[in-house]
Amino acid sequence: MSEPILEVTGLNKSFGPVHVLHDVDFTVRAGEVTALVGDNGAGKSTLVKCVAGIHPMDSGIVRFNGDPVSVHGPRDAAKLGIEVVYQDLALADNLDIVQNMFLGRERGGAWLLDEASMEQAARDTLASLSVRTVKSVRTPVSSLSGGQRQTVAIAKAVLWESKVVLLDEPTAALGVAQTRQVLDLVRRLAEQGLGVVLISHNMADVFEVADRIATLYLGRMVAEVPTREVTHGQVVELITAGRSGDLGLARPETATV
Amino acid sequence: MTNQPVAAKPESGGAISDFGIDTTTQSTGEAVRDFFVRLRSGDLGSMPAVLGLGVLVLYFWTQSESFLTLDNTANLIAQGSGKMIIAMGLVFVLLLGEIDLSAGTASGVCAAVMAMHYVRAGNLVGGMGSTVFYVFVGGMLVAAVLAVIMRIWAGAVFAMVAVTIAMLGVGPNPWIEMLLALCVGTAIGVITGFLVSKIGMPSFVVTLALFITWQGVILQFIGQGGVFGIGTQPVLFSVANGNLSVLGSWILFAVGIVGYAGVVLGEHYVRVNKGLVTAPTPIVVGKVAAVTVIAALGTYAFTLNRSPNDFVVIEGVPYVVPIVLVLLVIGTYVLNRTRYGRHIYAVGGNAEAARRAGINVPKIRASVFVVCSSVAALGAIVYSSKVGSVDPQAGGLNTLLFAVGAAVIGGTSLFGGRGKVIHAVIGGLVLAVVENGLGLLQQPAAVVNIVTGLVLLLAASVDALSRRRATVAVR
Repeated sequence: MSEPILEVTGLNKSFGPVHVLHDVDFTVRAGEVTALVGDNGAGKSTLVKCVAGIHPMDSGIVRFNGDPVSVHGPRDAAKLGIEVVYQDLALADNLDIVQNMFLGRERGGAWLLDEASMEQAARDTLASLSVRTVKSVRTPVSSLSGGQRQTVAIAKAVLWESKVVLLDEPTAALGVAQTRQVLDLVRRLAEQGLGVVLISHNMADVFEVADRIATLYLGRMVAEVPTREVTHGQVVELITAGRSGDLGLARPETATV
Repeated sequence: MTNQPVAAKPESGGAISDFGIDTTTQSTGEAVRDFFVRLRSGDLGSMPAVLGLGVLVLYFWTQSESFLTLDNTANLIAQGSGKMIIAMGLVFVLLLGEIDLSAGTASGVCAAVMAMHYVRAGNLVGGMGSTVFYVFVGGMLVAAVLAVIMRIWAGAVFAMVAVTIAMLGVGPNPWIEMLLALCVGTAIGVITGFLVSKIGMPSFVVTLALFITWQGVILQFIGQGGVFGIGTQPVLFSVANGNLSVLGSWILFAVGIVGYAGVVLGEHYVRVNKGLVTAPTPIVVGKVAAVTVIAALGTYAFTLNRSPNDFVVIEGVPYVVPIVLVLLVIGTYVLNRTRYGRHIYAVGGNAEAARRAGINVPKIRASVFVVCSSVAALGAIVYSSKVGSVDPQAGGLNTLLFAVGAAVIGGTSLFGGRGKVIHAVIGGLVLAVVENGLGLLQQPAAVVNIVTGLVLLLAASVDALSRRRATVAVR
């Protein structure tokens, strides 16, 4: 369909003796939602963190808009326009919403922060996400509920006119209404031309919003298929066994950790 | 999932609605109610310390007629300000949830070097002996290199200034001596910061080891039973014992109040005009008015003659008041208005989140120890000046525990992330009042230590309990 905006090839990552990711290829296309699924420990979060520059890669090439890039830290990723909403949200409880949203990228000089401009931008972004339960953008994150925190974390990623947004289980801690809002938001981001990656365990969510589904099984990318070409059952088989009919690993016996 | 009464209602098509109940202004009544809600949820800040200070002052006032005299009040402030300043530096370290047990004896090293420079007329080689001198200079050079490795440029510059002053044998000059003390403090902080953040040892162990090391260094510099008298140097002596003139006191008042009101009111109206989140105008104006009245009364009281002796006139605001105020303003500005300060809070609140936001966490962690030791050196100048001499016990005994106590009593959390520089000032006043008041009541040192320890314990429990309460409130 569209050109890949982010392309990872041959990514390997080990933590000490544990080989977490084996030659993983992964593609994100602009204007599409790519769901990244896999069982616990399959390496989904590690893949995201490698792309975001949190973990250094052992080997592998990252192409952004077709050009090879090197991502050595979170700032490099942010500069490219890659934003991540982490599973643990990565918010500092003692700071308020505005301070969290601009953390590490504060506006104004190093010796005098521009609070007014940051606060207005934060309000505009939250308003565009129809956040209606936050009393004030100067509320400390410690006094927000789980759903509100999730929204702040997403708003933090959206604020930067990013090109690629990776969401690590954004709906895991949410109720029905907030999940609805987040899924709508995910779709809206893709419609705006962003490349969106959604990590989720919830098959209903995945089939609802994703254009393509990428399945990790024990650190290997076993399938990257358009959503309309697979069934619910096939994806579950891919997640649990690494293969489903013609899809996935040729012989599951070869899949060793 | 939300604990707000107005829950998000699912709506057709997830349309973008207006910003709902978000507010930028509140009425005075709402603000007051909000304040009590925050108190109940465990966000106590310096409230307990301010209340405690009031109770203590009232108690000692009723118990001793000499407590609330002008003479004693000025004396109390001068006595407490050394530890108060050390506490201000410690706030930076405590904000990361770290501890610097060596701040007290590190300040003692600075005091010893400063005093030796004066006593030996700038001849540090003669004062230390050549071997010790070269080890000292070598240590400063190592600190400068470590600072460069960590890219803390100010640390490298200050350490090199100390080396230069020592090597050139610059003659005695009180300002040079104070600069030397500050630079030695910075170099010590660089070493502490490197060991904690680059080597990765727990700050408790590093600073406990350095606490003992610096104690030995002080003893080496001064010698068993030795004393360096600095009371004969007029500038060094008047830092903690001198006073502004009456005119100077009123100028200080005018500059301070105009500056304070200008910043607070100016910022308030800018925020109101831009439609940002603001406190109610009556509360802001009331706060400024209250500070003005208190400052005016204090300045007036200090400009009266407070000498107990009919032949001497002592009047004017003590120099330590502007010294503490300037440090308070700088510290508050750095923590609240600069990127560096914001990153300190972020690392203290959630180091992993800060790392993922691209903040150089090890550098921030090292830098707070540099700030702490540098500020501790300033504290050393003040307490040495108050005593008029430096002995091998300088900065030892319970200096450090008083400083940590001051910060914690004032409302700085030992768990990191919460704290302000003013907490050190308020907590320092509480401890100074306890020490001074019990002394006036002729209580032995045993009682003073026990009471001080219990006050610290009480403050730490308030911190721990309020923190637990805050965590519970979230879930």
